[in-house]
Amino acid sequence: MTDVFIYDHVRTPRGRGKKDGSLHEVPSVRLAAKTLEAIRDRNGLDTSTVDDIIMGCVDPVMDSGAVIPKAAAFEAGYAFSAPGMQISRFCASGLDAVNLAAGKVAAGSDDIVIAGGVESMSRVGMGMSGGAWYMDPSVNFPAYFMPQGVSADLIATKYGFSRDDVDAYAVESQKRAAKAWDAGYFRNSVIPVKDQNGLTILDRDEHMRPTTDMQALASLNPSFQMPGEMGGFEAVGIQAHPEIEKITYVHHAGNSSGIVDGAAAVLIGSKAGGASMGVKPRARIRHFANIGSDPALMLTGPVDVTEKLLARSGMKISDIDLFELNEAFAAVVLRYCQAFDISHDKMNVNGGAIAMGHPLGATGAMILGTVLDELERRDLNTALVTLCIGAGMGTATIIERV
Amino acid sequence: MSTYKNFTVETDADGIALVTWDMPDKSMNVFTMEVMDEIDAIVDATVADAAVKGVVFTSGKSSFSGGADLTMIKSMFSMLTEEKAKDPATAVQKLFDAAGRMSWLWRKVETNGKPWVAAINGTCMGGAFELSLACHGRVASNAKSVKIALPEVKVGIFPGAGGTQRVSRLANAQDALQMMTTGQSLTASRAKAMGLVHQVVEPAELVNAAKQMIKDGLKPVAPWDEKGFKVPGGGVWTPAAAQLWPAAPAILRRETAGNFPGALAILKCVYEGLQLPFDTALKVEQRYFTEILQTTEAFSMIRSLFVSMQELGKGARRPAGVPKSEFRKVGIVGAGFMGASIAYVTAAAGIPVVLIDRDQQAADKGKAVSEKLVADSVGKGRLTKEEGEKLLSLVTPTPDYSALSDADLVIEAVFEDRAIKKAVIEQVEAVIPATTVFASNTSTLPITGLAENSKRPDQFVGVHFFSPVEKMMLTEVILGEQTGLKALAVALDFVARIKKTPIVVNDTRGFFVNRCVFRYINEAYDMLAEGVPAAMIENAAKMAGMPVGPLSLNDEVAVDLSQKIMKASIADLGPNSVKPEHMDLIDKMVDVLDRRGRKNGQGFYDYPAKPAKKSLWPGLKDLYPQKPASEIDVAILKQRFLVTIALEAARTVEEGIVTDPREADVGSILGFGFAPYTGGTLSYIDGMGVKTFVALAEKLAAAYGDHFKPTPLLKEMAANGETFYGRFDPYGEGREAA
Repeated sequence: MTDVFIYDHVRTPRGRGKKDGSLHEVPSVRLAAKTLEAIRDRNGLDTSTVDDIIMGCVDPVMDSGAVIPKAAAFEAGYAFSAPGMQISRFCASGLDAVNLAAGKVAAGSDDIVIAGGVESMSRVGMGMSGGAWYMDPSVNFPAYFMPQGVSADLIATKYGFSRDDVDAYAVESQKRAAKAWDAGYFRNSVIPVKDQNGLTILDRDEHMRPTTDMQALASLNPSFQMPGEMGGFEAVGIQAHPEIEKITYVHHAGNSSGIVDGAAAVLIGSKAGGASMGVKPRARIRHFANIGSDPALMLTGPVDVTEKLLARSGMKISDIDLFELNEAFAAVVLRYCQAFDISHDKMNVNGGAIAMGHPLGATGAMILGTVLDELERRDLNTALVTLCIGAGMGTATIIERV
Repeated sequence: MSTYKNFTVETDADGIALVTWDMPDKSMNVFTMEVMDEIDAIVDATVADAAVKGVVFTSGKSSFSGGADLTMIKSMFSMLTEEKAKDPATAVQKLFDAAGRMSWLWRKVETNGKPWVAAINGTCMGGAFELSLACHGRVASNAKSVKIALPEVKVGIFPGAGGTQRVSRLANAQDALQMMTTGQSLTASRAKAMGLVHQVVEPAELVNAAKQMIKDGLKPVAPWDEKGFKVPGGGVWTPAAAQLWPAAPAILRRETAGNFPGALAILKCVYEGLQLPFDTALKVEQRYFTEILQTTEAFSMIRSLFVSMQELGKGARRPAGVPKSEFRKVGIVGAGFMGASIAYVTAAAGIPVVLIDRDQQAADKGKAVSEKLVADSVGKGRLTKEEGEKLLSLVTPTPDYSALSDADLVIEAVFEDRAIKKAVIEQVEAVIPATTVFASNTSTLPITGLAENSKRPDQFVGVHFFSPVEKMMLTEVILGEQTGLKALAVALDFVARIKKTPIVVNDTRGFFVNRCVFRYINEAYDMLAEGVPAAMIENAAKMAGMPVGPLSLNDEVAVDLSQKIMKASIADLGPNSVKPEHMDLIDKMVDVLDRRGRKNGQGFYDYPAKPAKKSLWPGLKDLYPQKPASEIDVAILKQRFLVTIALEAARTVEEGIVTDPREADVGSILGFGFAPYTGGTLSYIDGMGVKTFVALAEKLAAAYGDHFKPTPLLKEMAANGETFYGRFDPYGEGREAA
């Protein structure tokens, strides 16, 4: 098998995913193209040598439809020989794009692949692509479909996380993200989104609320009690986990991931690919894995996939220096740390999606880059990146510096 | 125009053919193969007759139609069984064709080219409403008796003659799903508000209004056959639908725990059908209908909840030779809650009641129960003020036993104490004529023993009501050793008169229903002692299809009552009759913790002041070391509840307590809500096969105790490949009532 290396990565700042968000005016394809342009320009890349562009996009319709990575290649002025492919594994799409690229390189079929993702949630709303999973009763029923927030509350109930626990986690996420921004930890990887005149549209994550405290969060009502109780989803959760008498609703906008716009790209290649580009590898992709998990809990896939990944790679939790787990909901991270007895000091050390937001298709690529930067900054070796996924799945990747 | 057996057709001067459905020798119109053939012929004839401009379809009975006929449904199942034995592949094709017969006939009506209007004069159920939906116009009478429903889901199937497609193309999807998945009845005005009928008129105007629709130029084309038709709300891919569809299966799961394949099929039919052209949608519905007809649930539910329930209600067990009883007056002794409630249901059936207690005040207090129930019904519009007053005028409270001298039936509902009952029996028999039947509403004391206090034990019978009497549809009729045919007939006639369903049970401790219920609650005690989390016990029971969790049920009947019954059992039958762990648990609950159930605000649950909801008492966790949920298989918990109850039902058959499998099935569903999708306790066994059941019981016995050991009868049946309905065939030769 060919070794697979990460040569570079970039991301856009994350704009608030609403009509008043700064990136709302920027079409999805242009967000994606900005990352392709940056990868090309930072690395002096001859785009005719690009074997593939794989991007995650969860709602690939309308503005984001019709194979957006290929569209972005046109927008970015890439050589016509660079192909593109859009993939979706819901929230892990960006990381799965990386893993798929790594697989192609490892198989020896590709030498240079750009992998990443894009989601303009302000322009193409969540769920716009429809789907049998939640709409078709033939699927919804056996899948124990629930809105993810109810699943997150089910996790908190089942594993005993209180409202204070999840709020405290959220406050810390905001603090860490603010500190990382202020200290310039993201400087090298976040590319400002500029207009055609070179004027900056956005150069910083705009979802953050660094001053949030426990008191401010305490004033927010739980977001998922209504769908849980009125929509029948609490019963779904209880029938899947009947030791639970009733769900405790603890999640709200302040301890759940933010809805944002953004894109990311990771430059991946073989040793030969790196040599042809004339760039040095920054990390090796050591292992990756996917798994399906309990569909009602839905968001505990990272635990299952981590167990699978460790078993396959012969590694132990203690071999991992830093963990990056997408902060879809606070309880997701708390459960993961509980399951493996991982200290918060090693987990999401620069904050996560609760503070900075979760542009669905892009996040996996973004947090892979974030943790690579941090390994370098701390001069550590190994990181595990994972995301929880709709319908009960998990994706995880282990990288190590070279 | 030719003549028909079930219809008259009269064409008026305007060229409107009035088709009146009026089946000879039936009180209600129902669909038979012959009826469908005749409707088919009527369509052909009216199409062929140039003088006919349109058709008004109505009923000659007080109701419009009750839907499908029992015999037709039975014949469909027996056809399937026979054909499957011959050739499984063609059997399913034949079932598919049979299942589509009605649907495509209604489609033929809809596309015949001449306008049809349904004139709905009364109750219009199932296939009859599906026919109406295929008519181009629908006019309903505003009479109170008009009830419109697609109730198929209640017997395990669904509206498979275009119902799922037409309702969802007329009403909004949410209303459509609600109507069909619950089988709820609609008033004419509600049906109009939903868009399911066009006009609601005075009963006398019904046919004229229907004819007028045709004269006004009603187009003989269904909305969905018009170009550019749009589904109400825009179909499945709209923002509103994106709210509805993800939640619809969740709500179904909440209401049914997913135990009813027919209900889920309704969702599937509507979801898929709304995305298809109409004829294709009908075909998809036909495919699902064929699938559902082959389920054990459909077979068992139709048999128990439709066929058997009607047969028992119509007196299947009534001795034939005894003349029909008249009830000019019924006496009830004991005006406590049960007696007072029995007085209410008796008066509600139009029978004068004498309600007796030790003094006028106590008797009046009993009548107050009726007064409250009447006030509630008047408040909800179920009774008019006049009807309510008339009902109350039939209840006469008095301490005077001589008022019973002309009663046709006396029911005692006094305290469950042999001495008190003996005194009452003697006092009553002192005044009633020798022809009057005496019934005891005891729930715990064997009838044979009580009858020893009677001068006329052949006239002595048990009539066991369930609380709340006005809601519970079942009554157990208990035969003592000497109970005679007349007493049985009178009891059954009375139960029929108050519109309840009887089961006839031979005398035993706990009769049929309570014996089963004790098993249910005992299993929960076992689980508690094993360390199964209480919430899991309750949820598993509900997921198994029980209406109320066993701990919640125990709180309702009172934990100290359980203690009393258990102690009585030990006293009468010896210490082995109650598991020591159970006695310890209940003694602790009652004597140490004072947790007596809902009545004292604390039992297995805590009952905080409203509006807070009850929740399981957290202290239960400390009574026994708890097992982690991950080590408990919920599927096994569910099985344990159903199997322990079914085994008890099988024992009652083996002991000759219950003699007709229909009664064990209907009694278990109506009496304590035994998982209705199974068709009842014995259908549960027959449904999986006795052999499979015996193997399951043995597996459970090995792990959870001897009470799961299959009985000799079951083992014998398993070895012989028999079923309860085969071995104890209720229609078999040589069977006689009682």
